[in-house]
Amino acid sequence: MTQSAGQNVRHLELGLSNEQAIDMYVTMVTARKFDERMLLLQRAGKINFHVSGVGQEVAQVAAAFALDRDNDYFLPYYRDYGLVLSVGMTVRDLLLSVFAKAEDPNSGGRQMPGHFGSKKLRIVTGSSPVTTQVPHAVGIALAAKMKKKPLVSFVTFGEGSSNQGDFHEGCNFAGVHKLPVIFMCENNQYAISVPVHKQLAGKVADRALGYGFPGLQVDGNDALEVFRVVKEARERAIAGEGPTLIEALMYRISPHSTSDNDLAYRTKEEVDLNRAKDGIPKYMQYLIDCGIWSEELEAELQANVRKVLDEATEYGDKAPFPTPESTLLHVYADDAEQGGRE
Amino acid sequence: MAVIEYIDAIRQAMKEEMERDEDVFVLGEDVGVKGGVFTTTKGLLEQFGELRALDTPLAESAIAGVAIGAAMYGMKPIAEMQYSDFMFPATNQIISEAAKIRYRSNNDWTCPLVIRAPIGGGIFGGLYHSQCPESVFFGTPGLKIVAPYRAYDAKGLLKAAVRDPDPVIYFENKKCYKLITGEVPDDDYIVPIGKANVLREGDDITVIGYSLPLHFVEQAAEELAGEGINTQILDLRTLQPLDKEGILEAVRKTGKVLIVHEDNKTGGVGAEVSAIIAEELLYELDAPIMRLCGPDVPAMPINPPGEKFFMLNKEKVKEAMRQLALY
Repeated sequence: MTQSAGQNVRHLELGLSNEQAIDMYVTMVTARKFDERMLLLQRAGKINFHVSGVGQEVAQVAAAFALDRDNDYFLPYYRDYGLVLSVGMTVRDLLLSVFAKAEDPNSGGRQMPGHFGSKKLRIVTGSSPVTTQVPHAVGIALAAKMKKKPLVSFVTFGEGSSNQGDFHEGCNFAGVHKLPVIFMCENNQYAISVPVHKQLAGKVADRALGYGFPGLQVDGNDALEVFRVVKEARERAIAGEGPTLIEALMYRISPHSTSDNDLAYRTKEEVDLNRAKDGIPKYMQYLIDCGIWSEELEAELQANVRKVLDEATEYGDKAPFPTPESTLLHVYADDAEQGGRE
Repeated sequence: MAVIEYIDAIRQAMKEEMERDEDVFVLGEDVGVKGGVFTTTKGLLEQFGELRALDTPLAESAIAGVAIGAAMYGMKPIAEMQYSDFMFPATNQIISEAAKIRYRSNNDWTCPLVIRAPIGGGIFGGLYHSQCPESVFFGTPGLKIVAPYRAYDAKGLLKAAVRDPDPVIYFENKKCYKLITGEVPDDDYIVPIGKANVLREGDDITVIGYSLPLHFVEQAAEELAGEGINTQILDLRTLQPLDKEGILEAVRKTGKVLIVHEDNKTGGVGAEVSAIIAEELLYELDAPIMRLCGPDVPAMPINPPGEKFFMLNKEKVKEAMRQLALY
């Protein structure tokens, strides 16, 4: 490595190998490129809808890498492509979901894209009414405590969601019972069109005080800082010291969804200003400064991600839809007897 | 077989299931140290510890939501709503989450959860300690709903609910807690979910109902037998899925049917039962389908004349049954 001593080895100090540090970057770029491709597919009329996570990938990926990706439970919200890609979902899986195909591991083509779920990967199935996943994460942490399993549940949500009752009820429950759960608010400054100053009179992180556990803000564009705080939160949780609330500050660079015209409520100047703060190029520069990344490697990565996306898009597009009659399946464990179908 | 109270049957079921399977636990407000505001969970904390008889913060959506999370992990939670009147904050968790987890994940995730909630009035509980919210949840695919009347079924259905792989709402009737007693086996048994039960054989009229009102129906049937009116009584026991065959068989026997419940009439379970009968048996009926239910007012008042006016009783059901017989 070529970095000056002590200055650019932050990832090693934090316990990330060079390979892991690079893997983090690759996953961020994959999530970003996936997102951009979906916007194109929607504009081209190939898919109906996309809800974007552009600007949030850095924190999502860095947080996931700070967890035990073989044992912990993940309760993402609908922008968390970076998170689910970090814990084992593939681009092909996501494309199968985008095209609502039978083979989609998230829901078999039943749910909107961005509604993740995979029992094998411990990605807990989610819905559209926001914040319902927060008490679920607390329940999984309660089960872990009861069964004495050394794992944590990690749940994310937007700052809009932090105003729902389920956020307060879940945090309070976890605080009372000192449960191994990490709450990470991805504060992207907007709940669709409503800016943060019309949603919050204070800080999300400060609410933790009322629940009796630590709350902190972190720059969501600073990959290694997010990694550090989530890693520490996990250590606290595993040590039986209870939950942590992390508010990762970021900016939703894309509109809310492909159905949203964001320039109706914010200016291009504001978006451009925040695009300049994007954490992905910053993290790439860090890796270059460390001497473990280069323009050649970057070109190779971009080509490779494009290829993966091309293949996954073609696979997803060509994969069969679920049969119409399968709509009747899986209402209950025993559909035939219990009324899921006639 | 011992004769025990309905509430003891519920407690026994929880105790036995917790002894049988260490993944079974109870959570809710006051279920731990106090043993429940009705004493339903009394003794569970002493036997199983405070984690398995878990006192929770006063927050129903969290009680349901945390239980759902634990169930998805693989536990078998029994979430107690102190009164069914207070379960509405948990409705989003029950309808948007528990009911849809298997379906939305294409059979990948499951939610083997029991939600116990006391229903019904006649206890001077006023508007918010007396309601029957069955119709709010009825018709939500993905949920099972049971509502026992006999002590035997209270135990057997709760044990079946705990063992069921899907979410079950268990509506226990708080007026039945001490009023209803019956023979209940000490040993292990379940009452299958989805099967109605004939409480009394008769060939003049059929009465279909569930929960407390069946107590009045049984008393009235006994008296009407003296007048030469013989009543077939069907206890639905499970509201969802309804035992369609059991319903049709009971109606076919007499050709005259009265449906009885305390939940208000419009949009109640009785509406669906009568639709099933009308779809399948219209030309075998000797009288129009009758319903006797709570009135369509928001909930029952606390003043004694008002509560009495709202509630069903032996006289009201007896009169309806006599009219049906005379039709």
